[in-house]
Amino acid sequence: MESESIYDRPPGMRQRFSRALENPTVLGLLFVAPAELLLLVFLAYPFVLGIWLGFTDTIVGRQGHYIGWQNYIDLVNDTQFWLTAFNTFFYTVIAVILKAVLGIGLAVVLNRDFKAKGLVRAIVLLPWIIPTALSALCFWWLYDATFSGISWALVRLGIIDHYINFLGDPWNARWSLIAANVWRGVPFFTIGLLAGLQTISPDLYEAADIDGAGSWKKFRRITLPLLTPLLTVVTVFSTIWTFADFQLVWIITKGGPAGATHIFGTLSYERAMQGGHFGMGAAISNFMLPVLVICVLIAFMFLKKED
Amino acid sequence: MAEVRLENVCKHYDKVVAVDNFNLSIQDKEFVVLVGPSGCGKTTTLRMIAGLETITSGRIFIGDRLINDLPAKERNIAMVFQNYALYPHMTVRDNIAFSLEMRKRPKEEIEQRVREAADILGIEHLLDRKPKQLSGGQRQRVAVGRAIVRKPEVFLFDEPLSNLDAKLRVQTRLELKKLHERLATTAVYVTHDQVEAMTMGDRIVVMKDGLIQQVGSPMELYNTPANRFVAGFIGSPAMNFFEAELAGGTDGLCLQSGEVRLDLLPEQCRRLERYGRKRILVGIRPEDFRPCERHEQGQTISGEVEVVEPVGNETYVNFRAGELNLIAAVGRKTIVQAHTRMVLQPAMEHLHLFDIDSGKSISK
Repeated sequence: MESESIYDRPPGMRQRFSRALENPTVLGLLFVAPAELLLLVFLAYPFVLGIWLGFTDTIVGRQGHYIGWQNYIDLVNDTQFWLTAFNTFFYTVIAVILKAVLGIGLAVVLNRDFKAKGLVRAIVLLPWIIPTALSALCFWWLYDATFSGISWALVRLGIIDHYINFLGDPWNARWSLIAANVWRGVPFFTIGLLAGLQTISPDLYEAADIDGAGSWKKFRRITLPLLTPLLTVVTVFSTIWTFADFQLVWIITKGGPAGATHIFGTLSYERAMQGGHFGMGAAISNFMLPVLVICVLIAFMFLKKED
Repeated sequence: MAEVRLENVCKHYDKVVAVDNFNLSIQDKEFVVLVGPSGCGKTTTLRMIAGLETITSGRIFIGDRLINDLPAKERNIAMVFQNYALYPHMTVRDNIAFSLEMRKRPKEEIEQRVREAADILGIEHLLDRKPKQLSGGQRQRVAVGRAIVRKPEVFLFDEPLSNLDAKLRVQTRLELKKLHERLATTAVYVTHDQVEAMTMGDRIVVMKDGLIQQVGSPMELYNTPANRFVAGFIGSPAMNFFEAELAGGTDGLCLQSGEVRLDLLPEQCRRLERYGRKRILVGIRPEDFRPCERHEQGQTISGEVEVVEPVGNETYVNFRAGELNLIAAVGRKTIVQAHTRMVLQPAMEHLHLFDIDSGKSISK
């Protein structure tokens, strides 16, 4: 028979393929495959490698051997490590709290109706979009022992009579870093929360006005509860970024003076890249893992609840 | 006891006049409805009474208190918003209790008053739910509950039924009216729906472009509209309007519009002779037409039926007489065929006559 109907033929490759695409699971997997591949190569592989390195004595130019928990045991007996751990938590907790408080305040102010609010909102975003390395360099300059613009201005105003030793004193240096981090991180809170504020119906505030609520009560009883889910997510993200910070600290203090402002990121870099101890550096990084995992879980829970 | 008085109240937004020289005295326990098309200033007026909008000029009193500069919370009013404005994160109980909490009432009193309000509205079983878990009608009740729990001097309603479906709207309308009788509190109610206004208001204030057009009881507005706008706004289907020439009739005057001629009643003739002008605007309500057997020039209008709209209790007949397109509401028992000729007799004693330029009524 010459002309065979296509219905009689067994399904060809093409037909079978297009039928498979009808299946949402297959199609979904195909869609995410490119992204998954990138994540696998550039995130999952380095991540697993990092964990593995933490259990080895790898140094520059030499393949390491498995040494079990030795790196971690060394770290636990290392005072520099404990100072770094303290710094990291201090830096994170204080900076995130300040960013959250300032961010909410700024968001509430910017949510009001005023002239050129679009422009002002764009300006508020600036610290966030300037490359961190650049703004860190500016802060480094502002905190410089001799060329500090802040000291210069304060002396000129007659508030102080000698330049502040911003980065030479451990506590000054810690607070200076927190200030720089807050400056950089507030816009993220502000813009995120501003978006949340705009979803709150103005009617609710009018109803509250009539119900007899003052400004503070309206904030406490309406704004804050309605903003809480978003605030949690934004805070968790900011915590992750602050906890795993590197650029700001590395550029402004390099962990100094005398290791007093190291956080996990900078200490790890110093030991691994400058000292050549990859294994030790990886072990330090791995200490961040539990905290970050908890943060991610909290974020995940809230995002899921929001759905 | 609260009478609400508005004296020469104006509201300007930059150069736009939203409310112009509003004067109204609302009696204690009265239910006043502000009605008008969107943008007429009715909601703005309500919001000025509520204290959500500043007053450009004029004075507003609640009782003897001048409230112009009093913040909303000190005016002792309660408001039901168009979209209810329920606090989404609070339970129904907390929503209703909120205003009492803000006023630092004791816990037992709050609980008791919330129960009372919930009982009146039949929403006790919903007290622990969040607004999201309620239907539109239930939300509306909660919004009302939030208003009545405080026992305010004045209730303000901003189109509270516009988000409900037609059936529920009719039902809730009735309930609100009953509630008002029971609570005996002054109420100001804003709506764009003339049926709602007619059925609920002790008195109705018709507004347009920021100006009061007429204030009166529902039947006053229906029977003696002050101008063309009120005449067209109140009543459904809307009144028929056409321009007509005054001419000498068989005895006295008649209205002539194209081939349609209607002899005026002697009383109307006397008034129009004094009025002096030759062209006037005539208004006939659809329900004031009566079908007739025989056409008689001067008494009836003969025309061709174009569309017949039966609505059950009556039938709307769209018909054409010369240049005029008119609508008549005839009883359901009248059988009308489209594209046939029909003779209708208007009730001349219910004819409405208006000045063409100003639109003001010259019937009385």
